[in-house]
Amino acid sequence: MELVGDGWTGEAAEGAPDVPARREHLVVVGNGMAGCRAVEELLARDPDRYRVTIFGAEPHVNYNRIMLSPVLAGEKSFDEIVINGLEWYRDNGIELIASDPVTAIDRAGRTVTSRSGRSLGYDKLLIATGSDPFIIPVPGKDLPGVISFRDMSDVDAMLAAAEAGKAQGGGEAVVIGGGLLGLEAAHGLSLRGMKVTVLHLMPTLMERQLDEAAGWLLKSALEARGQTILTGADTAEILGTDAVEGVKLKDGRVIPASLVVMAVGIRPSTALAREAGLAVGRGIQVDDHMVTSDANVLAVGECVEHDGQVYGLVAPLWEMCRALADGLVERHTGYKGSVTSTKLKVSGIDVFSAGDFSGGDGAEDIVLRDASRGVYKRVVVKDDRIVGAVLYGDTGDGSWYFDLLKKQEDVSQLRDVLIFGQAFASGGGAADPKAAVAALSDDAEICGCNGVTKGQVVACIEKGACSLDAVRGGCKASASCGSCTGLVENLLALTLGDEVQAGPKTMCKCTSFGHDDVRREIVAQGMKSIPEVMQKLHWSTPDGCSSCRPALNYYLLCALPGDYQDDQQSRFVNERMHANIQKDGTYSVVPRMWGGITTPQELRAIADVVEKYDAPMVKVTGGQRLDIFGIRKEDLPAVWADLNAAGMVSGHAYGKALRTVKTCVGSEWCRFGTQDSTGLGVKLERGFWGSWMPHKFKMAVSGCPRNCAEATIKDFGVVCVDSGYELHIGGNGGIHVRATDLLVKVSSEEEAMHYAAAFVQLYREEARYLERTAPWIERIGLQYVKDRIVEDEAGRDTLAARFWYSQSFSQDDPWAERAAGQEREQHAHMAAFKPRLEVIA
Amino acid sequence: MIGEWLDIGWLHEIPVRGSRTVPVDGGEEIAVFRTGDNQVFALVNKCPHKGGPLSQGIVHGHSVACPLHNWNIALKTGEAQGNDKGCTPVIPVKVNGGRVLICRAGALKAAA
Ligand code: SRM
Ligand SMILES: Cc1cc2nc3c(=O)[nH]c(=O)nc-3n(C[C@H](O)[C@H](O)[C@H](O)COP(=O)(O)OP(=O)(O)OC[C@H]3O[C@@H](n4cnc5c(N)ncnc54)[C@H](O)[C@@H]3O)c2cc1C
Ligand code: SF4
Ligand code: FES
Repeated sequence: MELVGDGWTGEAAEGAPDVPARREHLVVVGNGMAGCRAVEELLARDPDRYRVTIFGAEPHVNYNRIMLSPVLAGEKSFDEIVINGLEWYRDNGIELIASDPVTAIDRAGRTVTSRSGRSLGYDKLLIATGSDPFIIPVPGKDLPGVISFRDMSDVDAMLAAAEAGKAQGGGEAVVIGGGLLGLEAAHGLSLRGMKVTVLHLMPTLMERQLDEAAGWLLKSALEARGQTILTGADTAEILGTDAVEGVKLKDGRVIPASLVVMAVGIRPSTALAREAGLAVGRGIQVDDHMVTSDANVLAVGECVEHDGQVYGLVAPLWEMCRALADGLVERHTGYKGSVTSTKLKVSGIDVFSAGDFSGGDGAEDIVLRDASRGVYKRVVVKDDRIVGAVLYGDTGDGSWYFDLLKKQEDVSQLRDVLIFGQAFASGGGAADPKAAVAALSDDAEICGCNGVTKGQVVACIEKGACSLDAVRGGCKASASCGSCTGLVENLLALTLGDEVQAGPKTMCKCTSFGHDDVRREIVAQGMKSIPEVMQKLHWSTPDGCSSCRPALNYYLLCALPGDYQDDQQSRFVNERMHANIQKDGTYSVVPRMWGGITTPQELRAIADVVEKYDAPMVKVTGGQRLDIFGIRKEDLPAVWADLNAAGMVSGHAYGKALRTVKTCVGSEWCRFGTQDSTGLGVKLERGFWGSWMPHKFKMAVSGCPRNCAEATIKDFGVVCVDSGYELHIGGNGGIHVRATDLLVKVSSEEEAMHYAAAFVQLYREEARYLERTAPWIERIGLQYVKDRIVEDEAGRDTLAARFWYSQSFSQDDPWAERAAGQEREQHAHMAAFKPRLEVIA
Repeated sequence: MIGEWLDIGWLHEIPVRGSRTVPVDGGEEIAVFRTGDNQVFALVNKCPHKGGPLSQGIVHGHSVACPLHNWNIALKTGEAQGNDKGCTPVIPVKVNGGRVLICRAGALKAAA
């Protein structure tokens, strides 16, 4: 239903016989959702009070803009999304002037002028011009084929591009912006047969509505449908000569495209109002009755700013239109601002978000994750009221949570069952989760993964399974994804009362799994990122805590050498800064001194650094090397560059990694020395440095049983004897001194290196994060280590092979990378505040 | 004219679940945090326990774990959580059009 030319003129033209001349004239600028809704609200209150004229820039009658996405996706036709057709204008005596935008307002003369030159007088003017899409100012933005996603003409352009693509067997589209609009555009285009790449500047999709966990689920689902999603992608330029040919990113990547859709945001359309001298902030400023700074001019919809807020969704418009119409008929009620909720209209992907998740002080997160169903739910509660909600996969309860949120309802009575949704929470006195479980019938399914019913779980418990682990072993309930762990625990408590045995210690308060379970599942399910682990293993917090994040980062790093992208924000400060933080916030720097040997050149470089950066102290450490104290974080890269220049690399004195390899002088100088202990020490350190471990790892090589290098209190110690090398493991000189156990005696340096690699790898793969070798061996027993490393030759070889494979990715000096400028922001201030100068650098 | 709010840079210059610092001439350094759900908070960069640089801690949820002795500080209020007692001053901060703005008066008060 397209209108052409000057537009359509309704029957109730000026001077028509049955129109009383004294009717006031209301002119509406904008034939969109808010403008027409306001007129509808007005007609419902007093149909005779105003004569109405509506100007529209688009060549269409009033249609439902939010349904453009289903039109693009082929789920609806344009006719199906028309809200008010021609007959509505005709029946209500409204004059519609389409395809003719208003270009000027003369407030003194109370007239508006349109592009075609038409000039009309008004008594009341209503501005409802909506928003303008934001176009990022990059070269190539004006090329044909670069469009936004705002109105029907954009949809037509996308459909034409998809059609043209089809002729060439596909066609490639790039959507810039991974928010609601961008993802709906991408979805539609891919349904229309285009190969779609979404570029998103932020690390997670829809970051304004979703948290990281839900953003990750969304990204996985879209990727599974064939879209390419690039996060952290910063557009540098749109390429092409006569028409768009591709998009170039700041990192140099080029993505070919015959269509580029910019969906990076919208700005209230305020130009007209600004030129007319109305008060404009981010939007046209209005009071609670939608009146602007001029009493005869009103404004409504996305173009307005009310109480400092601008909106980009329809729900607030409905509320604004009601207040506006009340005001126009002098029954002032007033608009009080809106709380909004969002849903993504991509069929098969359910996403809901509402309110605010910056709960902060006193706010509590209730999280439910059901990996087998791909569900993530998070409700933020503060002072017994819901303040925000994010739902992924199962959004059925979105409106219920939103309702509780808007009404500020007290949910303390529902607290324990809130997350299970309305049906469960209101299921007759079931506010106690145990009572809810008790009320389930015997054939109710408890474990969806393994199809175990309540009756089977109870039978298993009654047969003697009195811990979670025993139930998992006995009937498989909760043994796979673990989402029913809570239900099984309640069944245990119901069936056994106090006799329930506590399970193994969990990793932290964010999960019901222990370290070993988590590691096993990471490998078994091939998990690849921290958000994935948290989702699949039902983390109860949105992004973990300072204990589980570093552990997960290590477990993934160990499981996926070369593939896993290390997460800096999951590392403790020392590992993030590659230096040891001191109590005054400065850092200490320890360069490696291979096997404790140094040279005049190295010593000179260290001396120079101490002087150049005014280090207050330099000290010989207990690990046979030099520690430079008091370096400021801004100076670290320069210090490292100077040390690198003298051939020195990071000593990892800060890391859960190989620390020092202490040596004694050995056969080269010592009258008792039996083997070249210094030489072997250097070889060990050169081979093992850079490897990340569950905890710090120390080695030593002593040239004879006098053991001057203290090898028998190291994680891996070598004591040389006449006939070869005794290999010792599990020593600790720290809080609880533990002497090593003898693992095996070998006859060559090569064998010593090989066993060391196998032992380190076993420790890397099986110890818990922050468990030194000493407590680890106490826990699993020396015999186990011997079985794996001494008795099982093939096993030893594969362990060692895995270690060397992993080392091939980890022996890059982190200092060199930083000195060369990587992660510069870690060492620089964001800005400086100089109050006296009143400027910001 | 200098307004109420000081522009300190782009939001994306702060790593997600990370922090950046803003030194204040003659006053306390400010740490500006960005959480996993993209909220921004600013605190004096000093732990209420023994003055640890909070900017260097691990950010989780809406808390930061101090790098020195692992106290957890609420980003919104600066209050130590759990059994620990103490409070770090907060500085009002907001994001507008991708730019991070801190409250001038708040920064000065914290500096004093
Ligand atoms: C610098 C140094 C002391 C010195 O001046 O000699 C040192 C300094 C620290 N040690 Fe140590 N240890 C140093 C050698 C040792 C030794 C001796 C050794 O390695 O031969 C031990 C006992 C041997 C052992 O580890 O089994 C040792 C056992 C510890 C422990 C207890 C570990 C344990 O398993 O019980 C800790 C605490 C911890 O790691 O949790 C610790 C922790 C620390 C920390 C990292 C404390 C901290 O978290 O801030 C200190 C960092 C100071 C800094 O900023 O640099 N340091 N520390 C030594 C550095 C060696 C090096 O060159 O890298
Ligand atoms: C593809 C898409 C999907 C969306 N999905 C959702 C959703 O799922 N949920 C949701 O809540 N919101 C959604 N929205 C947002 C929603 O459509 C808007 O919030 C709503 O349309 C705003 O109404 P409005 O009247 O303020 O602006 P508009 O509907 O844009 O109307 C403004 C009209 O004014 C016209 N105009 C502008 N200047 C002039 C002038 N000088 N003279 C004459 N006419 C002029 C414009 O051409 C336009 O027709 C979506 C938006 C789009 C584009
Ligand atoms: S013994 Fe180690 S941890 Fe303790 S004060 Fe000395 S350096 Fe620090
Ligand atoms: S200084 Fe922050 S916890 Fe001790």
